[in-house]
Amino acid sequence: MDRLLLTGATFCLLLSFGYTLFALGAGRFRPGAVNLVAILGGFVLLSLDLWRRGQVQGACPINSLFDVLVFMSWSILLIYLVIGPAYHLSLLGAFTSPLVFVVLLFAQLGHTDSAAPWRLHGGPWVALHAALSMIAYGAFALAAVAGLMYLVQDRQLKNRTAGALLYNLPPITALGVANGRLLWLGFAILTIGFVAGHISGISVNSLKFAASVLIWAGYGAILLLRWLHRLPPKRTAKASMAVFCVALLLLPAIQYLSSHK
Amino acid sequence: MNIVCAGINHRSATVDVREKFAVGPHELEQALARIRRIDGLAGAVIVSTCNRVEYYTASVCPLRVLDGLRGYLQERNGGNDAPLYTHESPSSIRHLFRVASGLDSMVIGETEILGQLKQAYAAATDCGATTRHLNKLFQHAFRVAKQVRSETQITRGSTSVGSVAVDLAGKIFGDLNGLTVMMLGAGEISERTSRSFVSRGVGTVIVTNRTFERAARLAEEIGGMAVHFDNWHNALDKVDILICSTAAPHPVVTREKLEPLLKRRNDRPLFIIDLAVPRDAEASVNELENVYLYDIDSLEQIVRQSLEVRRAEVVRCERMIDQHVGEFVAWMRNHISFLT
Repeated sequence: MDRLLLTGATFCLLLSFGYTLFALGAGRFRPGAVNLVAILGGFVLLSLDLWRRGQVQGACPINSLFDVLVFMSWSILLIYLVIGPAYHLSLLGAFTSPLVFVVLLFAQLGHTDSAAPWRLHGGPWVALHAALSMIAYGAFALAAVAGLMYLVQDRQLKNRTAGALLYNLPPITALGVANGRLLWLGFAILTIGFVAGHISGISVNSLKFAASVLIWAGYGAILLLRWLHRLPPKRTAKASMAVFCVALLLLPAIQYLSSHK
Repeated sequence: MNIVCAGINHRSATVDVREKFAVGPHELEQALARIRRIDGLAGAVIVSTCNRVEYYTASVCPLRVLDGLRGYLQERNGGNDAPLYTHESPSSIRHLFRVASGLDSMVIGETEILGQLKQAYAAATDCGATTRHLNKLFQHAFRVAKQVRSETQITRGSTSVGSVAVDLAGKIFGDLNGLTVMMLGAGEISERTSRSFVSRGVGTVIVTNRTFERAARLAEEIGGMAVHFDNWHNALDKVDILICSTAAPHPVVTREKLEPLLKRRNDRPLFIIDLAVPRDAEASVNELENVYLYDIDSLEQIVRQSLEVRRAEVVRCERMIDQHVGEFVAWMRNHISFLT
């Protein structure tokens, strides 16, 4: 049972990813039931896994890099299931499933739970801070995915290639809007998470603090420039992908520093 | 029971021949009543569109029915023979399934024919002209068409420059409602393209032309507004889709002219459709952010790609249809009827 739920969730995402590759290879991709069911299945299994580990640990299960990666994967799927259908971005799922699949695979095969786990001290505010931060990263991950889709669609329109993707990807303006809204959502949640962390009074390693502020400021700068029309949608898409990659690289470092403060 | 099909279409007869055999809605009931008097004919459906006139009948003696149909069509054609093609089961069944799926259409994969078949079938049902076998056949044909369209790419892409332009606008803006189109030059092809956009709900059409009177006349016709040619760039702030078709020997839409205008647009995309030869828009305009430029060659290239994709899908569609024909023939074998 230890890894059964997680393996099942990974398999669901692999199924969604595989279906996407197969359908795109056959040139007849139509987003729909297969992807949604696979992602929904993965989300349910991940939720059960998190609940089970929360019961075992007696706290919010964000106590190791392994936990963080699983929680972030869950957050990405949660945000997708809330945002995707609302904005008719069903194809977002086809791009999301490979990302979550890779994160889950790395969590399981990358010895991410071999290091000594750390405990979240400081009561509910710290748990809230950690959980909100992970959900914010989920939103940023989806913003990066929407950004990638924007760049793909832009390239197809600029190159005048009428491939299967052109017809199946959402309109480029809708992708730009989704990219911006997901950035705002992630930024708002991350800010609340920071406030919760501040209220908890937890002492933080200065490097971790600096890295966190850097990511927060990076997203803040993108949104400010976008709001002022100084950053066109295409550059916003690129910037959201770049900052997310930086965040993804810094995340393990931040968690390592958290455990060795 | 045999399904017999007799008809003419765009391949077997020219339009001046087809129009003689066309059966208008007002005469459909009478025509059905007339052919039902043919000896041995149990039921019939008449399909009459601009590209085809076909009679689908159920009968136990197909040769007698075919003779009767030929006689009836001779009557309609002033005693002259009709250039008819004829099919009997299972060829007639396959023919109907191919027609319903758009494989027998002038533009492969077009979807209008399915609606026309449904109308023809409904009209025959209303007149009480169908039989159990014909009911089953047409319902099966509608299912086949649906499956072929959803499981293959036979309807993918657009097959005319105007519809490709509308599709691309959809991929840039999503909803076309409320968008503003500007016609730079009032050529025939740009007028047709603008009308395609109007039919899809664009909000405003601005027409500009070197001869202002022509612009004003066209604007009035399509419910738009005319702008003096010297001022076209001042109106560009509000424009989402720019259709160019001037006769100018040099580019009218240059990068130098467009770059400062784009700054005032707050990152709204601009879709430029250049239908002019020589081209009105500099190719480098496509490199600008939020600008998507398509000239006549690139639009025609997409049309060709769509048609190629559709043609490549025909084999898959035929395989599906063969399977359904087999199923229907098996059903007919199990439901032998000597009357209806």
